[in-house]
Amino acid sequence: MTRASSNFYCQKKMILLLFVLFSTLSFTPFPTEKGYDIGDVVSDFKLENIDGKFVSLSDFETAKGFIVVFTCNTCPYAVLYEDRIEALNKKYAKLGYPVIAIMPNNVTTKPGDSMEAMQQRAKEKGFTFPYLMDADQSVYPQFGATKTPHTYILKSTKNGPVVQYIGAIDDNYSDPALVKNRYVENAVDRLLKGEPIEIEKTKAIGCSIKI
Amino acid sequence: MKYVLLTFTLFIFCCKSDQKEPAPLEIYDFMGIEPFLNREDSKTYVVNFWATWCGPCVKELPHFEKIQKNYKDDVEVILISLDFPHQYKTKLQPFIQKHQLTSKVIVLDDPDMNAWIPKIDPDWDGAIPVTLIYNASKRVFYNRTFTYKELESELKTFLSP
Repeated sequence: MTRASSNFYCQKKMILLLFVLFSTLSFTPFPTEKGYDIGDVVSDFKLENIDGKFVSLSDFETAKGFIVVFTCNTCPYAVLYEDRIEALNKKYAKLGYPVIAIMPNNVTTKPGDSMEAMQQRAKEKGFTFPYLMDADQSVYPQFGATKTPHTYILKSTKNGPVVQYIGAIDDNYSDPALVKNRYVENAVDRLLKGEPIEIEKTKAIGCSIKI
Repeated sequence: MKYVLLTFTLFIFCCKSDQKEPAPLEIYDFMGIEPFLNREDSKTYVVNFWATWCGPCVKELPHFEKIQKNYKDDVEVILISLDFPHQYKTKLQPFIQKHQLTSKVIVLDDPDMNAWIPKIDPDWDGAIPVTLIYNASKRVFYNRTFTYKELESELKTFLSP
């Protein structure tokens, strides 16, 4: 009898503990060290653009969302996608989904990704999107980006930008003409129509982010 | 086909007689690569995904070479290159020659990456280098880089004492 009641007491304590644990979990504002998952709210950042100005997501007051691409000058995969990233911005910025490119590499390890090199590349390629530098390498870990290129589609909500898609731009890095599935375009098109996204996560080879 | 290849090789030889012609590359799509990831003999396989354009990959490559040399009876190292087709001749083959790679090098050319990356490991996000070590009884995927010592101590967990 005593054992039973102590068991009962234990269970009650356990339930209380679990309750406390869960309530803390649900109020944890930032996700785990693995970075954002689908449905997570993104914390805003303030990063320097190639024009010397600092850019935050909150600067885009009317944006319906964002196409955030972690990219760089030096990764061959990223280079193969440069024109496609520019095309995304041309098509979707006016529809409310601008491209925000972020260069996450340590420039001491990769001098080819320095601010000057980014400015030059943007000029050569005529980039019309902000090309920001994650100078203290604090933003890419929040996202959980591991490589370039690595894309996140965010949708503006009253709670802040919410992650809708993580992964590749499309299914053929080497030849845009042979692309069968335009993951990012399909996802943004669906968001613009207010429909659920078909493919929320994809994987692609990329260059690991240099620390 | 053999003769065509032979003629082609001869043609290259006669025109570039001062250069040693590199061994032809073995190029596969993912279906072609799969058997290399699923062999069922008595050896332990160390499979490394790399590319000449990937700095951390190139840095750890000598460790894999050394493993191949030191454990050649029980272990086969397979280096799967993800170099781009347009750089096979200009980057990959010269790299293999220059570093005199003794491990088996094969090339994976399959642009539909989302279709095959999860089949290699569900947790792999596609950044390289990554390494798969397996034998008939054990299989571990490593989303990391290695020093020689680290690689050797991991490998030893696969080899029977």
